[in-house]
Amino acid sequence: MKHAKLMTAAFGLALAGTIATGAQAAELVNYKIVDETIPQSLTGKPGDAAKGKKIVIHRKKGNCLACHVMPIPEQQFHGLTGTDLNGVGSRLDEATLRMRLVDPKVINDGTMMPSFYKTGQHRVLKKFIGKTILNAQEVEDIVAYLMTLK
Amino acid sequence: MNFKTITTAVALVGASIALAACQGTAGYEPNPYDSMDGGIWSGYKTASVETQAMQNDDFENPAMPWVDAAAELYDKADGEANVSCADCHGAPDDETGGLKHIPMKGVGASYPAFDPETNKPINIEMRINQCRTKYQKAKAYKYESDEMLGMTGLVAMQSRGMERVSTADFPDDKLNAFWKKGEEFYYQRRGQLDLACSNCHEDNPGNMIRAERLSQGQSNGFPTYRLKWQKPGSLHRRFRGCNKNIRAQPYGYGSDEYMNLETYLAWRGRGLPIEAVSVRK
Ligand code: HEC
Ligand code: HEC
Ligand code: HEC
Repeated sequence: MKHAKLMTAAFGLALAGTIATGAQAAELVNYKIVDETIPQSLTGKPGDAAKGKKIVIHRKKGNCLACHVMPIPEQQFHGLTGTDLNGVGSRLDEATLRMRLVDPKVINDGTMMPSFYKTGQHRVLKKFIGKTILNAQEVEDIVAYLMTLK
Repeated sequence: MNFKTITTAVALVGASIALAACQGTAGYEPNPYDSMDGGIWSGYKTASVETQAMQNDDFENPAMPWVDAAAELYDKADGEANVSCADCHGAPDDETGGLKHIPMKGVGASYPAFDPETNKPINIEMRINQCRTKYQKAKAYKYESDEMLGMTGLVAMQSRGMERVSTADFPDDKLNAFWKKGEEFYYQRRGQLDLACSNCHEDNPGNMIRAERLSQGQSNGFPTYRLKWQKPGSLHRRFRGCNKNIRAQPYGYGSDEYMNLETYLAWRGRGLPIEAVSVRK
């Protein structure tokens, strides 16, 4: 993908908007995709790696361990459908990791990995309509945590 | 219900958790199943040894109290017509099919079938209710009721070991249009997690998804006794669970969407032996 593309995530919101019940369905921040990366922080606030690690484990938040092996031996079960994330912080940069979390389908449209900061999927359970899996700061916290996996 | 079987089940769940805990010290387990050989296999294969043992032996199978209760209902005259299932079909295992020459054996292996009355697929649950309302002039069973689960189990069990057949992919098969819609459903991503059935059950059978070992999501064992449910459940209950787990809005029991999916899934499982009533985690 050569040209930069302005993604208004609020577009997805507008689609689901007619049936959205949630007052909690917060506006999504705009972000700019450059060559399959998102160079700018979604919040402008630095991510908290310690919080990021908790979110990655949390079954109702990141639940990354469902699909990925990660250097978190205190957690018993790690899934195997995704890539081993040991050392991912030296393989990939922040901008790529942010894109991976926000909407990995931009990188690989056939991927099994969910888009953690996106709305408008098909037949979303009513109470999640118009909501993202993670909020913008949680995405930044995970990016910060992944960057520590050298 | 038989209280003793339930406590055994609980003890066994405990045991399998403990076992999993021992294996878990390695952190994660590789996929020991060859999922790339194109072959089909049942969820029995990825079940724990304890769960398999419960399914292997009807005296251990915790679904049997439901089936036994249904066997009594099967013999009992009911409804305004005051006739029993046995009056028309003979005993459940009567291969000649009693007075009407319509045996229960083979139904589990060939359903869903095409129903000329509704011009739609019909599964065992719906057929039982058709016989209740049309022939017995009795009230339909609720889809997920103990009576329906037991009766579906009793009927499906008569096909144990028989291979699943389906020709729904043939353009001139009356189920073909429904099969096609079921296939679309199977490959369509849905829910906040944006996953299709195929992402888990076609691309990753044998792989761990956190603590769960994925199977091919076949339907040959239904109805199934799930230790998690502490009772038997229908295929549509499992569909609803697999939808809700990825935060997708489920469809109703017996809905057209799930009937199409059931029709398609039966076709995917062609050749698998019927295992009803299976036991799963
Ligand atoms: C449902 C399964 C699933 C979940 C849940 C999931 N991922 Fe992934 N992820 C994948 C798959 C599969 C890949 C392999 C690449 C692809 O499909 O494009 C991947 C790739 C990645 C990559 C790129 C790795 C590389 O070396 O290129 C990163 C980073 C990543 N995931 C991070 C995460 C994080 C962090 C979470 C939790 C917030 C997460 N994933 C949740 C399935 C998943
Ligand atoms: C996120 C992954 C995931 C998705 C997507 C998913 N399932 Fe499942 N499914 C599971 C897990 C985990 C189990 C329990 C372990 C196993 O048998 O795979 C299961 C079990 C099943 C079973 C029971 C298999 C048996 O042997 O008893 C069926 C049938 C099934 N799924 C059908 C479906 C259908 C149809 C869809 C699409 C509507 C679907 N699943 C979507 C994860 C998934
Ligand atoms: C009065 C006779 C009668 C009674 C009573 C009756 N059935 Fe039927 N059943 C039939 C007939 C006739 C068919 C063939 C389909 C049709 O014409 O509706 C049938 C079909 C079936 C089928 C599908 C067989 C196939 O090969 O497709 C099943 C399963 C079945 N009945 C189960 C039951 C059960 C369980 C009961 C009791 C709850 C019951 N029936 C009560 C007459 C009866």
